[in-house]
Order: sequence, then C-alpha cells, then structure tokens
Amino acid sequence: MSVGIVMLVHTALHRAQQVARHWATAGCPVVIHVDKMVSKQAYDTFVADLADLPGVLFSKRHRCEWGTWGLVAASQDASEMMLDRFEEVRHVYLASGSCLPLRPVEELVEYLAERPRTDFIESATTADVPWTVGGLDHERFTLYFPFSWRKNRYLFDKFVEIQRNMRLKRRIPKGIVPHMGSQWWCLTRQTLSAVLQDPERAKYDAYFKRVWIPDESYFQTLSRLYSTNIESRSLTLSKFDFQGKPHIFYDDHLQLLRRSDCFVARKIWPNADRLYHAFLTDSEAAMSRQEPNPGKIDRIFAKAVDRRTRGRSGLYMQSRFPNLGWENGVTAGKYSVFQGFSELFQDFESWLSRATGAQVHGHLFAPERAEFAGGQSVINGALSDNAKLRDGNPKGFLTNLLWNTRGERQCFQYGPRDNPKINQHMAIDPNAQISVISGAWAVALFKSNANFADIRAQAALLQKIENKMLDELRSPDVKARVRIWTMAEFIEAPMEPLQVIIDEIGQKSTRRLAEAPRLEDLTGFGRFLQNLKNQGMHPYLMGDFPVDPIPRSAQGAQRKPYLVKK
Amino acid sequence: MGVWQAYRLRLQRRRWRIRAFRKRRELNPVANRTADIRKTDILLMCTQRNEGVRLPWFLDYYRNMGVNHFLFVDNDSNDGSLDYLASQPDVSIWTTQSSYKRSRFGVDWMNWLLMRYGHGHWCLTVDPDELFLYPFCDTRPLRALTDWLDASSIKSFSAMLLDMYPKGRIDHQTYEIGKNPLDTISWFDSGNYTIRKNPQFGNLWIQGGPRARMFFADKPDLAPALNKIPLVKWDRRYAYVSSTHNLLPRGLNLVYDEWGGEKASGILLHTKFLNVFPEKAAEELERKQHYGASREYLAYADGIKDNPELWCKWSEKYINWRQLEILGLMSKGNWA
Repeated sequence: MSVGIVMLVHTALHRAQQVARHWATAGCPVVIHVDKMVSKQAYDTFVADLADLPGVLFSKRHRCEWGTWGLVAASQDASEMMLDRFEEVRHVYLASGSCLPLRPVEELVEYLAERPRTDFIESATTADVPWTVGGLDHERFTLYFPFSWRKNRYLFDKFVEIQRNMRLKRRIPKGIVPHMGSQWWCLTRQTLSAVLQDPERAKYDAYFKRVWIPDESYFQTLSRLYSTNIESRSLTLSKFDFQGKPHIFYDDHLQLLRRSDCFVARKIWPNADRLYHAFLTDSEAAMSRQEPNPGKIDRIFAKAVDRRTRGRSGLYMQSRFPNLGWENGVTAGKYSVFQGFSELFQDFESWLSRATGAQVHGHLFAPERAEFAGGQSVINGALSDNAKLRDGNPKGFLTNLLWNTRGERQCFQYGPRDNPKINQHMAIDPNAQISVISGAWAVALFKSNANFADIRAQAALLQKIENKMLDELRSPDVKARVRIWTMAEFIEAPMEPLQVIIDEIGQKSTRRLAEAPRLEDLTGFGRFLQNLKNQGMHPYLMGDFPVDPIPRSAQGAQRKPYLVKK
Repeated sequence: MGVWQAYRLRLQRRRWRIRAFRKRRELNPVANRTADIRKTDILLMCTQRNEGVRLPWFLDYYRNMGVNHFLFVDNDSNDGSLDYLASQPDVSIWTTQSSYKRSRFGVDWMNWLLMRYGHGHWCLTVDPDELFLYPFCDTRPLRALTDWLDASSIKSFSAMLLDMYPKGRIDHQTYEIGKNPLDTISWFDSGNYTIRKNPQFGNLWIQGGPRARMFFADKPDLAPALNKIPLVKWDRRYAYVSSTHNLLPRGLNLVYDEWGGEKASGILLHTKFLNVFPEKAAEELERKQHYGASREYLAYADGIKDNPELWCKWSEKYINWRQLEILGLMSKGNWA
C-alpha cells in the first residue's frame, strides 16, 4: 500500500475514530495526532477503541491552537512516525478528524500510484493569493505575533500596528521564498523526508515558529525547495467563507458531495449521520456515482459569500439594513417617475402602459391614497394604499413596492401635490428615471372650477413646492436619470422627448411610436397665466406662454396629435 | 456611542437584572426537572396562559427541531394546561398568580429563568403561538444552526414575527388540538414591512403585516413591533428589555448587516389568529394585562367587529422556509 494518512484530531473523536477505521481497513496505515486539549480520559478511550487495528498509531501530542506552531509540530512528528514505521508508504496524506473520504480508498491509492513523483500541495507566493484574513499576507512572514488572534484580538491588532509604524521587520532565512496555501497536503516520501531531515531544519523551525498561521506556509514553502513536481492544488475539497473559516457540510449536501469528484472533503458536521453512513459504510452506493459536477459546489459557496457580503439589491429586511450609500442598489429595479405628464395629456397613463407594457400607477404619493395601477387598494406583497401607512415611511413604501414587483418595470406619476419627502430619495437612486414637465400642475388649476382667489393661492403653493423639488433634482449628488422641461418647451415638440423616454424604458421593441397621447386643450392657458400674473402671483416654472397664441388656434378648435418623423 | 450612554445602558441592564432577581419569588415550582439539563442542551423559555389548545403541537414541533428542555412559566391558567405541562418529561414549570403586566409582560420572569438556568446554553425564548423557522430547518436540526453560530462567533439570531391568518373569517376555521396550525392559517403578507433603527438599543424596529394593514392603518406608529431576537447563547449578564424585541448589552441587537450584506436570520410564524383568537381577545381586553394599555386588543376588538377578513388578493400561501427566503423575509446569510 502506498498511501499513509496523518490525521490531526481535535474534537468529535467518535467521528475521527470512524474515519480512521475506514482508512485502516482499506489498508492505509494511519498515524493520529490528538490535540493536547483533549482530556486524558477521552484520549484513552479513543486509543482503546482503535486498539484492534495494528495499522493505527498515535504520535506525540501537542497543543494545537489555531494559527500557531502546534499544528505544524504535530504534523512533523506524525509524519516522521509514518515514514519511520511504514516503509512501504510512498505518499503521506494530511487530513483532519473532520475530513471525510468521498471516493473509495482504492481509487485514491490508484490515482497516487499513477503519479509517484507528484506532490499535491497548494502553494502560491503571497502576492498571488486573495484569500488572506485580516489583510495580512506578506506581513505574516515579516512581523512578530506574540498575541493570540482568537483570544487577544485587540493586542494582536495593536501590536501589528505598532510594528508597521516602527517599520520593524524580521529577516526571512536565506534560500526560502514564502509560499502559502491550504494546510491539507499530500506529499511524497522523497519530498517530505527531505523537508524533515533538512540539515537547516532547526533554523527554519525557529523562524516559522514566529510566523502567523505557519500551518498554511511551513510545508508550502519548504516543499518548494525539494520537490521536483509540485501540483499546486489540494486533494481535499474545502471551501472557505468570507471570514476564512471553512464551510461545513451537512446531510443535505450528500448529492453535491457525491458529484464533487474529490477524494476527501472537509469540514463535515459531526452529527451529519447520513453523510458518514453514505460515504463510510455504503461504498457500493458511493461507487455508482452520478456524472461528476464539481463546479456546483463552487457556485453554491461562492453565492453564499456573495450573499453575505453584497446581499440582494434593493432588499431591506431584518438582517439586511444597509447604511446610506452601502445599499448596492437603493431599490430592486429600474422605475420611471413622470411629473406633469398626466396633467398635460388626457390619457397619459393608459397610453404609457400600451406603449411600454410596464405597470403604470397614478400618483403613488397622492395625499388621499396611493393610486395603484388598476385602482387596486392592495398590491403585490399586500402593500396597502393607505396614505398614513405609506407616509409613516415613504422610502420604505417605495423600496417595498419595487422589491415586490421586481422583474416588472414600474412607472408612476408624481407632482407637487404629493408627499415631497420621497423626492430626495429618488434623486439619489440610480434606478430612477425622472422626467419632469415643470409648471404642468397649472393645467389642472386652469381646468378647475374653483374661485380664482383659491386658484391663485394654490398656484403659489404648488409652484413653491415644485421649485424646491427641482432644486433637489439639480443638486450635485443626484444619481437618477433626470430630465426637466418647462411646459412651454415641451409642448413645442412633445413627441421627441416622449420617444426618448420610452426608448430608455426599453420594454418593447424600439419601433417608432405609432400612437401619441392626447394633449389637453390649452386654448386660453396663456390668458390664464396672465390673469395669475395680474393678481400678483408670478408663474415662471412653465416657461413663456404668449397670451394669445394666434396662428395655432386659428386652424381649428381641437389640437391634433402629431408625430415627428426623422 | 458615548461613554455616558454606555454607562446609562449598563445601569439599565443592571436594573432589569435586579428586577428579574426580585421577581423570582413570584414563581412557584410545580415540576422542576432542571437537574436533567446537560451542559450542551438547547433550552426553550416560554410564558403561557390558557394555551392548552396550542401546546401539544408546540411541544412536538420544538422537540423535533432539537430542543432538549422546556422551561415554562404558567400565569394562572385554568384550562388544565398546567397539569398537562407538568406531566411532560422534558418540561420544567413554574406557576404564578402575579400580574403579567407588572412583570413587564413576562420579561422579568423570562430573564430570571434565563439567568438561573440559561447561562452558557443556547436559549430560544418564544410565546406559545410562535413557531420558529431557520434556514435549512427541514434538513438540519437546530443543533446544526447553533454549532454554526458558535463557530462563527455569533451570539444572537434574529427571527422576525410573521403573522399568519386564514382565508375567510377568523372564527370560521376549526382547529383540532395537536394538528399543525399552519394547515388552517397558512397565509401571510410578504412585502409590506417597514424598518427603522432604534437609536437607543441599536435594534431594528419592524412594523407592518396584516395587523398594521387592518387594525393600525390610521395610527401606523402604534402598530406592533415584529422584530425579535429569540435565539441567544445566553450569559447571565444579559437581559431582555422589551419582550424579545431587544436586549442588553446592545451589541446583541446587531443582528443585521449595515454594509450591504445579509446576515443569516429566521422567522417566527405567529399563529395568533387561530379560531380561538376572538374569544381570547375578549378575555385579554377584560384582564387589561397587555402592552400599551392593551391598545392592541382594543384595536382588534374594533377590527374584528367590522371586518374580520385579513386575507386579500395579494396574500401569500405558506409553503416552506425557502419561499420566505426568496421573498426576502429571512436569509441564509453565508450559511450554505
């Protein structure tokens, strides 16, 4: 038999025992290192339980705290014992107690027998690895780390900082180039014995004892000195999360692991009975594996890291409440806001919905209620149209609406009568497309049947509010796509801006618009504005309207919609 | 947070703990099996009053999940639930006739039991009408979650309250003891929750759902809070402040990510609106023992008279936790 297993065991001794038995009965010699933290009593039972297997030995125990030298010392002692006591071993495989062999042991033996000179050890120079925790990569080799990262994080960080400030640096021993990689390797007798019997070993050990996380760099660095053929990857499947802590496998990963095509996986949850049963006792079933699909595990765990670090855009919930500017998308989808359009055109909403296929709401922030599309009182996600509920948290209302309807483009009307608090939130949202015809609110007043004194007061108020809104839309930190026309500007050639807006929404094919919305009859509007002026209220947001637009109204009473053709 | 505020919060925490310690006298043991609790057991803490209808399913549900021991405070029940609980082998129960209101709606009692028996354990503090869900709860036991939380150095786990309701009138359903209440009340609101940050304790304050939509539409600020932190690796220095909505020290309330990511979180399915609800609401209104001068129950009494149908066209029917994850009500975080 050519493969020997070195097992480092800390917890879940009953599982480690099962796995050791599995290796040993398949003919692989096993040397086990048990952490010194394990109680004498538990250790003795563990040893006694494995006493029936002659191929299982126990090496000298060290204290193994994460990130310290103990783990390397343990691997060294156990490896020496392995090479010493089992002459026939050609490859030594370093595994932990929570590793689980996925493929039958014979396959691993065969695989390694076909590659008698290859060392499988992930080993990369510090400049090339992205996965270091705490921002320490090269500094692991050049600073001192007298304090525990786990127990004394504050002192650890402070001491690193002090050394950085003092530009303190350790000297790296001559002849070695620091490499790092997964701590789970499989080395040939040749390489491993060369590392362990190196005449300079005392010097290297002394150096690495003060390096941070030496188990990820000791063998990775020194094997570079002797190996003739390094394959820089680990045969152990092991995935890490964003904190550098290994992902754990559970029963529901069974199919995933079956299709992973790896020899050994870590880390397995000790109570994952189904996994241990499937891979240790039921080798028949494991043999009849399905098509290997190792990419799937990568995707699942990469997605988990992404979810934890970036999250879902536009989602606000109990465990995701990003600070301002950290949202990765303030809202869940693109949306369009129209100000003044439904005042200027008679059937704007139905026209827009025909032209774009989007969901078109009325004034969502109207003072009476949220005018949902189709006059509904409740909409997706059971969002109510109640104005008080909405105004309690207008931003939450908008983000909820867009989250609930994600996948469907939302359009709604807005104006100076509506809740003004939402305006600045929309202005800083890159998902918003805001189109404003300023002063169009006057059309509704012009059409109304109110007393002129009331109209005047109302006009003054709306103009003041809209002016403030426009200021917000013109401020330098606006991220929305904002377009503003004065009303006079807009009605000169209404189709052109409409075409641009519709194209940008881009729901349907980008044909020319075949149908235009019907413009309100504006005969006498200029006179109306003049009357306001005469009353001492100065309407300016709508641009310049002549008091008597002579030529246009001369053709006929009803103004016809027209298309601009290029 | 300034030193002064930190100091005041420390004082407040101490006050709650002293209060809990004093309130221990109100609790009379009926069945104390706490000697059976092993060092690694997961505990469940609960205050109940006349919840006999819900308890059989409740106990089964959490036993299957992997809760090892239940600690109940019975507040003067007269429906036989006290005897029922006392006869269960994995339940320890205390009874009290004292005021629910004056124990700050049971929080003092819970804090005492947590302080006395919860130290060093993962403790789930829930009401009898709350069913806890966490990511992968259909394939992994609760122990898998707590082991993962331990490995990730996470001490508290959030689970928002999700109100479940039936299609049709509340009193038109029939619920049989021991059956899954979600078979009769399987609908919920998926996307009308609003969130604010509580500057004092750092927790999120979540409101919304059918109760806000139907009973508090005119006074949304008074709608009940839905944020809860029911699962905590307890330490005797901790204290719940207001129900399980928030606790001290305030770092434990930071169950959400502020830099765009999602932390793992669960859901408490709230089965309040079972057919027994109208009766219960009437009784609770009489007793006047609930939060905010029982305004919640006043609102229910009003609402239930007029329009008892919580269901609407956009209600979602509950399927499983994955559905809630996709809807964005809970998250797997980086647990995969």
